[in-house]
Amino acid sequence: MIKTGSEIFVECLLRENVDILYGIPGGQLIPIFDKIYGSQLKLILTRHEQGAAHMADGYARSTGKTGVCIATSGPGATNLVTGLANAYLDSIPMVAFTGQVPTTLIGNDAFQEADITGITRPVTKHNYLVKDVKDLATVIREAFYIASTGRPGPVLVDIPADVQRASTEFIWPEKVSIRSYRPNYEGHPGQIKKAAELINSSKRPVLYVGGGVITSESSAEVIALAKKAEIPVTTTLLAIGAFPPDSELCLGMPGMHGTYFANHAIQNSDLLIAVGSRFDDRVTGKVSAFAPHARIIHIDIDPTSISKNVVVDVPVVGDAKSILLELNKEIKKSSHGEWISQINKWKKAHPITYQKDAKLRPQYVIEAIDELTKGEAIVVTEVGQHQMWAAQFYKAKKPRTFLSSGGLGTMGFGLPAAIGAKMANPDKIVVDISGDGSFQMNVQELATAVLNKVNIKVAILNNQYLGMVRQWQEMFYGKRYSATCLHRVPSCPEKCSKPGTKLCPAYTPDFVKLAEAYGAVGIRISTKKDVVPALKKALAVNKPVILEFMVEQEENVLPMVPAGAALDEIITNLA
Amino acid sequence: MRHTISALVENKFGVLARISTLFAARGFNIDSLSVGETEDPDVSRMTIVVRGDDRILEQVEKQLNKLVDVIKVIDFKGTAHLERDLVLVKVKADKTTRSEILQIVDIFRAKIVDVAADSLIVEITGDVNKIEAILLLLKPFGIKEMCRTGIIALARGLK
Repeated sequence: MIKTGSEIFVECLLRENVDILYGIPGGQLIPIFDKIYGSQLKLILTRHEQGAAHMADGYARSTGKTGVCIATSGPGATNLVTGLANAYLDSIPMVAFTGQVPTTLIGNDAFQEADITGITRPVTKHNYLVKDVKDLATVIREAFYIASTGRPGPVLVDIPADVQRASTEFIWPEKVSIRSYRPNYEGHPGQIKKAAELINSSKRPVLYVGGGVITSESSAEVIALAKKAEIPVTTTLLAIGAFPPDSELCLGMPGMHGTYFANHAIQNSDLLIAVGSRFDDRVTGKVSAFAPHARIIHIDIDPTSISKNVVVDVPVVGDAKSILLELNKEIKKSSHGEWISQINKWKKAHPITYQKDAKLRPQYVIEAIDELTKGEAIVVTEVGQHQMWAAQFYKAKKPRTFLSSGGLGTMGFGLPAAIGAKMANPDKIVVDISGDGSFQMNVQELATAVLNKVNIKVAILNNQYLGMVRQWQEMFYGKRYSATCLHRVPSCPEKCSKPGTKLCPAYTPDFVKLAEAYGAVGIRISTKKDVVPALKKALAVNKPVILEFMVEQEENVLPMVPAGAALDEIITNLA
Repeated sequence: MRHTISALVENKFGVLARISTLFAARGFNIDSLSVGETEDPDVSRMTIVVRGDDRILEQVEKQLNKLVDVIKVIDFKGTAHLERDLVLVKVKADKTTRSEILQIVDIFRAKIVDVAADSLIVEITGDVNKIEAILLLLKPFGIKEMCRTGIIALARGLK
């Protein structure tokens, strides 16, 4: 059948089982939006293209399906860039479509023209500029295939306006075959055997699991391995939820703001089994002093991750699930009583905790959210102190229920990602744990939430600072709070290193009024005793709710491994 | 270390940019790069000569392999292979120097491809050592312009 490019676009997305896409129209997308209008595709109009990308991301993280977003040429496309980079660093399957100026104008500095395939080359897994409508169906098919297979990632498809309007015979490619792209899923049996031998002979093993375990849906296999060989498990920020937090074998998060016991377990281990993790600098600390006594097994689908930061002894390239299934057959049932009791001593001596007094401390808010939702909500975070507290104090029990921007560390991710997650999981409670800084970076998406009746809850831990940077300034820069106070006004003294003096102006904006302006519910909480009642009220309201918790302003995230220090040089208190 | 990397890639627009981006992102300067069709017109071969830390280059090679449009990457370092570079060099030459230049060209089995009243264009094919040697000898006559294709390379034997 003869179809236009725009009709092919809609048809292909339906065949790829896309039910929802996020975006904003524009001059070079009108033909496609005309065909979306009245089709079975549900388009969510966002208020900024970055919001669209993060919504597609939140949808993908919470479901495992490929998220889809769409933006017009030029500024629409460039606004997607942060969202693409964010998805790229966290290996999130996403397909982004952009309108482009007509092929005859490409390269002419036309109105709203940007070389978006050039711009996004380093932040996408692959991208396409479709110059002929005959290629469109194949390109869309390939884009979804590449985005979701191997190590997933974002793929961008740039479609010029004349290609959207041109017609051709529509042929749906049943199969995708790309000779230069053949991801390898099966692990090498010899390497699996070697890995099993190391595990069977180890005395102090540690499993270090990352986001790849979520992607490959291999949480059950990790649990089976940990139980069979009695191996403690540390889960990175992206793997939170992959291992039950109440298990004796659970070490929590490793790295810069990881637990004392996870970091000491790594440093004292004789075998580190890395699964779907990539030895990020926030995890390893000083690389040369990382896990000094350990042999390292690295299971990863991406060969470029192997020996990138840390040289490993036994690499196994392939899909974590299929490799773990084989590995679990090869390993012996064993126990490491001495090792576990050593870890328990560390746990007892240095638990994750905070000062439990009458003050409204941010950690308490997260504990309350955890308790009220029984760890069964989907928690999304922004980036900063609140993100680390959420990672430390929210006990996510299942994969895909803790969504956070790990690699890129994108402030402004949480609110739109929470909207995407809630739309994909309408029956789940979705809470965006936010900071006052991050929240303002994509606050416009409150409109998207309200208009689409996306009943999310946003808990802003308002310390009136860009708290994580402020903490570094306090610890490493002599408390010189350069540009981190969010309610600083021209009448403030030139240098100010303490909050809450009489000079401090009233805080702006008023988040409660802001919530109301958008048609959401706003609640401000200033005392500890009001936290639980306010949360209960928010969960009971069938509307988006913004909770503004006026928390201790100079609370610090601890423990902390200073940048460039080894994991066992962890600071547990500042006194 | 100097590496000669050969990449078989899809013959499509944008592939060269993807590859050069990988090197540029790490601050590697490419010594030479040549692109041309192979026995299969849908496939191009890029030969890239680059210097850098062995471990980082190994990483770059893996990342080249990961690019969707790259079919195969070979690093010729430590394997038997042939390298050739083609140079066109315009040398100042008048009747007093012409015959001396011709002798040098002859010894190196190079070719004169253009003659003018005050210059010659010499075509030289060879590996890096040969080309450096003849250029050293031609330099005193005065090199007006020069152009090189960059290294192309193939593994020896049936591999």
